[in-house]
Amino acid sequence: MTDWLEILATPLPVARAIEFVSATTAGGIAIFLGTTRDDANEKGQPLAALDYEAYADLASRQLTELAHDARQRWPILKLAVLHRTGRVALGEPSVLIAVSTPHRAEAFEACRWLIDTLKADLAVWKKEIWSDGTGTWVDPHAHI
Amino acid sequence: MTITVKLFAILRDKAGVAELPLELPERATVATAVETLLARHPSLRPFANRIACAVNLSRVTGEAELKDQDELALLPPVSGG
Repeated sequence: MTDWLEILATPLPVARAIEFVSATTAGGIAIFLGTTRDDANEKGQPLAALDYEAYADLASRQLTELAHDARQRWPILKLAVLHRTGRVALGEPSVLIAVSTPHRAEAFEACRWLIDTLKADLAVWKKEIWSDGTGTWVDPHAHI
Repeated sequence: MTITVKLFAILRDKAGVAELPLELPERATVATAVETLLARHPSLRPFANRIACAVNLSRVTGEAELKDQDELALLPPVSGG
């Protein structure tokens, strides 16, 4: 029953997360990887990377609540929710959700709900780092 | 009483400080603490109506009462994922 919930400053261990949620009672595993998308600012400078900052104590508690709420709604066998902090290169994953359930529909639904809820609530902020080294904190209301 | 205020992301950058002690009257509310902080750090004022607050890792509203040694975190709108 123990979930793997972690805020970590190192590259996300994708293969280990899939291994973690694997179960002989599972009919499917749904995996979502949120990756850093290339962009340019209003001056035409390309994005170089994203910096993620977390309020780690609060985010850890929120991940526990998120996992609890998801387990109330779907018959989750195993669950991993991992979020990066620090600098993440373009195209690299910054967040990982992996869910195993007896049937695939539940895995897709739970995975979708987990990433949507996480993005709305988790105490994590990202800063866009441009090619000249300057940074801009992302305003979620300007990027919906 | 004295509480500890934590600032994150753009709020920390604008204020130039990540954590600071704040002296408040006994039983002061979160709203009073935020207003005291905004008076000391006017650079935070443009964000005032979009700041969420957590006390000792629980989300609270402005009416919540503080006590000595509380940790008040000021959170700008989140942008993880």
